[in-house]
Amino acid sequence: MTLRLGPVQIERLSLTHFRSYRDAVIHPARGANVLVGENGAGKTNVLEAISLLVPGRGLRGAALGDMAQSGGPGGFGVAARINGPQGPVDLGCGTTADAPERRMVRINGAQATQSALSEWLTLIWLTPAMDRLFTEPASGRRRFLDRLVQALIPAHAHHAARYEAAMRQRNRILADERPADPAWLMALESQMAEHGTMLDSARRETLDLLGQKLAVVDHGPFARPVLALEGWIGLDQAAFTQELARGRARDAAAGRTLSGPHRCDLNVTHYAKQQPADRCSTGEQKALLLALILAHAELVREQRGEPPILLLDEVAAHLDPLRRAALFARLAASGSQYWMTGTDLSLFAGDDAMRFYLVKDHAITEA
Amino acid sequence: MSSPEIDALTQALARLPGLGPRSARRAVLHLIKRRETGLMPLLRALEGVAENLSTCQTCGNVDTRNPCGICNDPRRDSRQLCVVEDVPDLWALERSRLFPGRFHVLGGRLSALEGVRPEDLTIDALVARVANGGIDEVVLAMNATLEGQTTAHYLAERLERFPVRLSQLAHGLPVGGELDYLDEGTLAQALRARRPMA
Repeated sequence: MTLRLGPVQIERLSLTHFRSYRDAVIHPARGANVLVGENGAGKTNVLEAISLLVPGRGLRGAALGDMAQSGGPGGFGVAARINGPQGPVDLGCGTTADAPERRMVRINGAQATQSALSEWLTLIWLTPAMDRLFTEPASGRRRFLDRLVQALIPAHAHHAARYEAAMRQRNRILADERPADPAWLMALESQMAEHGTMLDSARRETLDLLGQKLAVVDHGPFARPVLALEGWIGLDQAAFTQELARGRARDAAAGRTLSGPHRCDLNVTHYAKQQPADRCSTGEQKALLLALILAHAELVREQRGEPPILLLDEVAAHLDPLRRAALFARLAASGSQYWMTGTDLSLFAGDDAMRFYLVKDHAITEA
Repeated sequence: MSSPEIDALTQALARLPGLGPRSARRAVLHLIKRRETGLMPLLRALEGVAENLSTCQTCGNVDTRNPCGICNDPRRDSRQLCVVEDVPDLWALERSRLFPGRFHVLGGRLSALEGVRPEDLTIDALVARVANGGIDEVVLAMNATLEGQTTAHYLAERLERFPVRLSQLAHGLPVGGELDYLDEGTLAQALRARRPMA
């Protein structure tokens, strides 16, 4: 076995009855991989397939049942061979025709859990759907923030799940017509406070690190984003417990819990302009988001000793040539394997280090 | 395929946890072939349980005596009381033979989503037992799930006013467990609950 040192890379990717593909295999390059094709050709499907190799619902957040090739036998498979400091590993994920909503995971051929995938790959993605991040409701930004946190603090998901579960139970009790048992509420509130403070401090810690990173990196033609957490003041465990107890009548009337880390919002400001991100132009918003993603990738590399793989869907099209060149330069310097999509080959012209794939008629060919 | 009586037996066995039609048929064949050594002892054992089965009025354990064998056992330490969610939990602790005291079975755990409220569990009976005195320590042996822990917090609240020591089972590293294989939640819990070396 040849043990190749260096960052984690996908060496081989195969899609079977996945979305538009009956059967496709790619042998990606170590750095840049660019998928080029017309709208609807299936470029993003490739990125989505890769995004299934980490826990979660993939970059579209779609249902598994929708991912099997229509007109296919039902069920799909995505397999990848990755190589990195720990040597080659085979990751697989898919569904079968009789259980189209059950995700099966294989690591080196053996059945494994979804969460075990996170030990092998760290992915960061940017999709056109995220262009609305700064203008959409706060819940989208919280999910985005939690993904950033999760990549750095793996226990985050556990506390988030426990917090949400305790809150659902409390809301249910408060909604009941029968009088609520105060001791029961207190029991749930103390659990909410325990996990909620962990949840909140993990977010703050991540934002702190990210803020420090954003302050020192050279943004070039990109805007520097300044990050802040709003909507929740970050009480300590005892104070949060009290706050919840005090808010029972109010929460019962509202039908939901009105204070807590689930109400927070990620606030992003354009540093140079001192302008909230949602009031910046579309292009500026995209640039802020890119700066954020790139700094996070850098942070992940520092903290985990391993650069993440980046999936950048349709990023080049919205950037002017200057910013595009700056983006490519930063990506090339990152040490990450990265994947981009575009409708036009000329957007990427002049970069010999990139490997291109033409996506057409449900097939992928290396250009 | 066979007589209605044998079919009925097969179907009854097939519904048991861990069995299915195939295993049930195999068990029935086994019993038919061993009428005297297999079938009859099983029948007598089933009858014995069916006739005398009862839920202990004191602790909620299931036994053929009431009060149950544990509540009746004079060698048990009546000053220690271990509260569990359900009978299988009591049996698990009994198998370990580690707890010298008596038990209290709640009959479930609080769950707003499943509609299990405090009055659906034997919590008032527990409070009455503790209020009667003679108990020094109450061990809350709930599962480490959200609902189990909510129940433990709830009981702690209800029992707070009595002069008893309240304790809870430790959460964290399982014996023989390797750190490498633990999920982050468990590891974090184990780290928070670390203790000084004696």
